[in-house]
Amino acid sequence: MSNDNTISRRGLLTKIGILFNGLVATALAVPIVRFLLSSVTRGSVNAYLSWIPLGRVTDFPEGETRLATFRNPNVMPTDGKTVDTACWVRRVEGNQFQVFAINCAHLGCPVRWFPQSGLFMCPCHGGAYYRDGSRASGPPERGLFEYPYKVENGLVTIQAGELPTPGSPTASLLNKKPPCRAQNDLVSIEGGKLSASSETNPLFGKKKTWA
Amino acid sequence: MGLISQIGQWFDQRLQLAAPVREAAEHPVPRNTASWFYVFGSAALTVFLLQLVTGIMLALIYVPSAGEAWNSLQALNHDVTLGWFIRAIHGWGSNFMVAIVLIHMVQVFLFGAHKFPRELTWIVGVFLLLMTLGMAFSGQVLRFDQDAYWGLGIGASIASRVPIIGPAAVKLMLGGPIIAGATLSRFFALHVFVIPGMLIGFVCLHVLMVLKLGINEWPMPGRLVKKNTYVTEYHELTKRDGAPFFPYAVWKDLFFAAFILLAVAACALYFGPFGPTGRPDPTIIQAVPKPDYFFLWLYGLLSYLPPSMETPALLIGPVVVIAFLVLLPFLSGEGEKSWRRRPIAVLTVLLIAITLGTLTHLAGYTPWSPHMNAWSGDPVPDQFVHGTALERQGALVFQAKQCRNCHSLGNLGGQRGPALDSVAVRLTQDQLIRQVIQGGGNMPAYGKNLSPAETTALVAFLETLHPRGQTPARDAARNIVLGDEQPKRPSAQP
Repeated sequence: MSNDNTISRRGLLTKIGILFNGLVATALAVPIVRFLLSSVTRGSVNAYLSWIPLGRVTDFPEGETRLATFRNPNVMPTDGKTVDTACWVRRVEGNQFQVFAINCAHLGCPVRWFPQSGLFMCPCHGGAYYRDGSRASGPPERGLFEYPYKVENGLVTIQAGELPTPGSPTASLLNKKPPCRAQNDLVSIEGGKLSASSETNPLFGKKKTWA
Repeated sequence: MGLISQIGQWFDQRLQLAAPVREAAEHPVPRNTASWFYVFGSAALTVFLLQLVTGIMLALIYVPSAGEAWNSLQALNHDVTLGWFIRAIHGWGSNFMVAIVLIHMVQVFLFGAHKFPRELTWIVGVFLLLMTLGMAFSGQVLRFDQDAYWGLGIGASIASRVPIIGPAAVKLMLGGPIIAGATLSRFFALHVFVIPGMLIGFVCLHVLMVLKLGINEWPMPGRLVKKNTYVTEYHELTKRDGAPFFPYAVWKDLFFAAFILLAVAACALYFGPFGPTGRPDPTIIQAVPKPDYFFLWLYGLLSYLPPSMETPALLIGPVVVIAFLVLLPFLSGEGEKSWRRRPIAVLTVLLIAITLGTLTHLAGYTPWSPHMNAWSGDPVPDQFVHGTALERQGALVFQAKQCRNCHSLGNLGGQRGPALDSVAVRLTQDQLIRQVIQGGGNMPAYGKNLSPAETTALVAFLETLHPRGQTPARDAARNIVLGDEQPKRPSAQP
C-alpha cells in the first residue's frame, strides 16, 4: 500500500510503461506522417513541374486555337489514361503563343473552344472566356490558367505537371498578362474593362443611319 | 430442442451475452413511441448493413486502379453474373441511405429528441450524417468515370481556395499533383476502410446511447424538458405507460426495414446500376460532369453565388452549418419538444428543404449552362425567319455565332441569357448594337468577333423579334440626332 507521498513500484512501472509506449508511438509517427504527407512535401518547390513538348510550331496555324494533349511527367504505372492532359494552344502570330489549361478557372471543368464566336465556354456553370483567355462572363473570378511556354528548335514546350486550381501557387505563374493585341482591333479589353475605339469602328460616331 | 438449448447454454456460459441482450431487447419504451415515425433510425442501420454486404461483394471484382477501375466496372455490368444487380443495389442503397438519414434527422429534430439528455446522441448523429455524405462522395469517385474525374477536379478547386494550406490540401487529397492512380487509391482506402470503420464505431455509440438513455418519448405540447426533473419523469413514464421494445414496438421497425430493402431492390431491378459514364480520359473534353443526386444542390448553388461570395461561402458555410448542428442541443437543450409549439424549428426545416429541393430541381436542367450544341442542333424556328435579305442574313449570323447556346428562340436553345423572342420590344436599335458589341450583364462582348456587316445584319434580325402587333422599342431622339427631317413614328402606334 502506498500513501499520497510515496509511489508504489507497480505504479511507477505502469507510468514508465505508458511513457515508453508514448516514445515508441512518437518515433513511429514520424515515418507515418511523412508517408502520409509525401505528396505534399515533394511538391513544395514546384518539384512536379517540368518542360513538356506539345508539338511543332507548324502544327498550330497562326491566329487559330487548337487542342493539344501532353503526358504528365509524373507518371505511375497504374495511372492509365489519367496522365494524358489536354490544353488549348493559341498561336497568336509567329512564335507568340498562349497555352491555356483545359480546366475552367471556376471549378476545373473542361472548357471548350468555339472559334465561330471566339469564346471558350464551360459546360458546368456557364463560365465564358475570350480568345485571349480573359474572363468574359459567368462565375469565374479570373481568366483561364495559362502555362508558361517557350519555343525552341521549332518545338512548343510548356511548363506543366500540376492540376491548375484557383488557389495553387502556380496559378499566379499561370496568369501572365496576355500578349499585346493587334492594332486594328475593334474593341480592346484591358484588365476586364472594355473600350471601343471610335477611329476604327464604323458603328461608333457615325452620323448617318446605317440600318 | 434439448440439444439446441444445451449448445446455447454452452456458448452463453462462455460469452455471457444472453442476459444483456435480453435486457436490451426487452427494455421498456413509452407505448406511444411504437409509432411509424420511429422507424427511420433502424431503417438507416438496415441499409448500412446492406451497403456493407454489397460493398464487400463488389470488392471481389472491382480493381482500384486508375487504369483498370473503369474496365472492372464494365466487367461487373456485363460479364459477371448479376454483377449489374449488385452494383445497382449498392448505388440505390447509397441514395436511400442518404435520404433515410436525412429523414431520420428531421424527425428527431421535430420531435425534440436532440434535447437533454440526448445531446451527445444528436452530435454523434451529425457526424454519422457527415460520414454518410463522405461515403456517397467517395463512392462516386470509385465509379471512376468522366463524372468522377471532373468531380475530383471540382473538389480540388474548392480545396485549393482554403487560405494558406489550400495547395497542400489539394496534393493531399489527390495524392500527387494531378488526378491519377494515387487519387483513386486513396479514395478507395477512405471508402472501404477509413469511413466505414468510423461509421461502425459511431453507429455502435449511437445505438448504445439510445438504449442507455431510452428512446425519446412522444412529445406532448406543454410538457417541458427540465434538466433536473427530466430523467425521473421519463422513468416514471416508462413505468406507468411503458411496454417492452421487443416485441411491442419492434415489429414496425422490422416491417419498415423489409419494405426499404424491397424498395432498394425494386429500384435496382427497374433502373439498373449508375454508370459508369465515359472513360476517365482527360483528353476527352466533351464531358458535361454532374454530381450524384445528393450533391446536385451544391452544383446549383455554385452557379448562383456571385463570384465574390463564392469562396467565403464555400469555406465558411460548411463550418457554420456543422458548428450550428453540433451546438444545436446546447442552444435549445431544454423546453418544448413538440413541433406544435416550435414554429421556428418547423419553418427552418421547411426553408432548408425548399431551398435544397429548388436547387436540386434547377441542377436537373442547368439553366445556367450554355447549350453547347444549340447552334448546330436547333434551327432558328420558321416563324422568326422572314423579311429582308439583310434580316435573313442576320438570322444566319445569330446561328453561326452561337448566340443560340445562351439565348433561346421559340423555347429552343440555352437559358443562360434571356430568351430573345421579343427582344426588340425591350431594346432599341442602339441598345442592341451596344449590347452585342460590348456585352455586359453577364454577356461576353462580341465586338471582336463580328464584322460591322455581321453586326448590322444581326441587329436587323434582332429588331424583327417582337410579337405581332407590338411595336419595337425606339429611341425618340434618334431621328433628330441622326439628322432625319421627319421623325418616323411606328405605324402601329395610335
